Amino acid sequence: MSTDYRAIEQTERFKDLKKRHRSFVLPVAVAFLLWYFLYVLLADYAHEFMSTPVIGNINVGLLLGLGQFVTTFAITTWYVSYANRRLDPLAEELRNELAAAEAADGSARPTDGGDR
Amino acid sequence: MDPVTVGEPWLNIAIFGAFVAVTLIVVLRASRNNKTAADYYAAGRSFTGPQNGTAIAGDYLSAASFLGICGAIAVNGYDGFLYSIGFLVAWLVALLLVAELMRNTGKFTMADVLSFRLKQRPVRVAAATSTLVVCFFYLLAQMAGAGGLVSLLLGINDRVGQSVVVAVVGALMIMYVLIGGMKGTTWVQIIKAALLIAGAFIMTIWVLALHGFNLSTLLGAAAENGGAAVLDPGLQYGLTDASRLDFLSLALALVLGTAGLPHVLMRFYTVPTAKEARRSVVWAIWLIGGFYLFTLVLGYGAGALIGKETILAAPGGVNSAAPLLAFELGGPVLLGIISAIAFATILAVVAGLTITAAASFSHDVYASVLKKGKPEPGMEVKVARITVVVIGIIAIVAGIGVQGQNVAFLVALAFAVAASANLPTILYSLFWKKFTTRGALWSMYGGLITAIVLIVFSPVVSGAETSMFKGVDFHWFPLNNPGIVSIPLGFLLGFLGTITSRVKEDPEVAAEMEVRSLTGHGAEGATEH
Repeated sequence: MSTDYRAIEQTERFKDLKKRHRSFVLPVAVAFLLWYFLYVLLADYAHEFMSTPVIGNINVGLLLGLGQFVTTFAITTWYVSYANRRLDPLAEELRNELAAAEAADGSARPTDGGDR
Repeated sequence: MDPVTVGEPWLNIAIFGAFVAVTLIVVLRASRNNKTAADYYAAGRSFTGPQNGTAIAGDYLSAASFLGICGAIAVNGYDGFLYSIGFLVAWLVALLLVAELMRNTGKFTMADVLSFRLKQRPVRVAAATSTLVVCFFYLLAQMAGAGGLVSLLLGINDRVGQSVVVAVVGALMIMYVLIGGMKGTTWVQIIKAALLIAGAFIMTIWVLALHGFNLSTLLGAAAENGGAAVLDPGLQYGLTDASRLDFLSLALALVLGTAGLPHVLMRFYTVPTAKEARRSVVWAIWLIGGFYLFTLVLGYGAGALIGKETILAAPGGVNSAAPLLAFELGGPVLLGIISAIAFATILAVVAGLTITAAASFSHDVYASVLKKGKPEPGMEVKVARITVVVIGIIAIVAGIGVQGQNVAFLVALAFAVAASANLPTILYSLFWKKFTTRGALWSMYGGLITAIVLIVFSPVVSGAETSMFKGVDFHWFPLNNPGIVSIPLGFLLGFLGTITSRVKEDPEVAAEMEVRSLTGHGAEGATEH
């Protein structure tokens, strides 16, 4: 018999991995998209506010624009550290067990990347 | 400064020739191990994250990014900066939602992932169609950039001369891709990205040094030369209600388009694991983000040191800001280096697009659909190579036809098509288990057709001074960019197609895809040589 993926999908550890992944990526994706569109709408419709000078010739618009760079770099770093700590060890554990199980019952079939 | 030719054309050609020679040697060395399809399309999955990340930056920092954004900031000030922010933030979509999951479930192309748990043939054909359309728009943009660049740098202003240069660029690209496959193409990208980022970095430091390393002083100088409005948003997009809406549409297309660009997605398959795919994107984000910060300085620097009028009057118009700035700073030698880098950029991006389109045709259409997944040994790569030549010829002919079109704008259209036709299906198949074949087909064809129809009937094609066809007016869609309509529609159609499907997809395969996407079980590893 081949690997029963539906059974694996129901195991607590797989559900945990899925929850850890989605509970990070989905809220963070929504948050940075909202922040990006807030910025875009301000740049598009709130010209006076964006043109307020802050330091010398540097205005609110430029600072918020650079803020988009800062948040992008910060989210990148944050996700990498989260994935290293919370996702990779569990994914590796499950992957190794799946490979071992397939090797044991001789059901390993050539991976086909969807070429069925 | 003589406005017609800048610098020494022979010097520009010599430096560019040196780049071509060096990269050709690298491509030849890299091509020794091109045996299987995995070697040809995915470079044997043997690149490291940092290498692939640099190559992604090379793919992404196209002529539109370098010449287009520098020019847009120099001429339109703050509104040019908005482009680069959309281009950068978009990478978070790729990092968080797409890169690793796609690496774990696919083999060579976007269609591998989309058709994993849906009906093979229709989904593959749809995905291959939209891949080819996006690559085509992107290719046109690069070819338009090549022609504009030569008119500035080599003093070739007549159409015949520009067409010859476009043909030479096309022929060189065919050679790279035929010989080098993905491995050769990737090395060209890496070399080019390193040169481009280093060149932009040197110019940035130079511009800052001229202004006492004070950003505020630089901005002040730009405002003095170009008017205080360059520091505020609205110069380009704030004119009318339609242009504001157009900007919103563009912003949507930029941020959602990147993770649906087939030539970017294909790069995730050149690394051995999902973790390396993640490292690739992280490297790409830092390199691309850093580069866009440089273009902010370079754009305002060009505005301050050269001035809007001189840039717009130069051959090549807006796109000439960066080369003119290089000439102002470092004379003919720096101009030669920067323009050779810009040329190399076009060449490398065209190569990346060509191999993606060829892989999609050969792997998805020929091997998987026509030969039902069982092509004769060696035939798949052979078909890919023939496709490369065909695409190269189409790109040359079309490239000659689009001379004079705005580069950044053509790229924005490619992003809009990618975001409307590809991204909804990618996200649905990775995150929504109930997603069905009908949803995928409705979303891909619906998004694709809507985007293209709206472009055809937009002011881009007819009815405005800057239109492709002058003297006729059949436009009824008010915006230049279709994203604000076609992207939500792509998502909506995917949803509607799925909830109206009576046929349920195989839950066993859906489970397999989910387990594999998250754990990396059964993912294609590196090939051994």
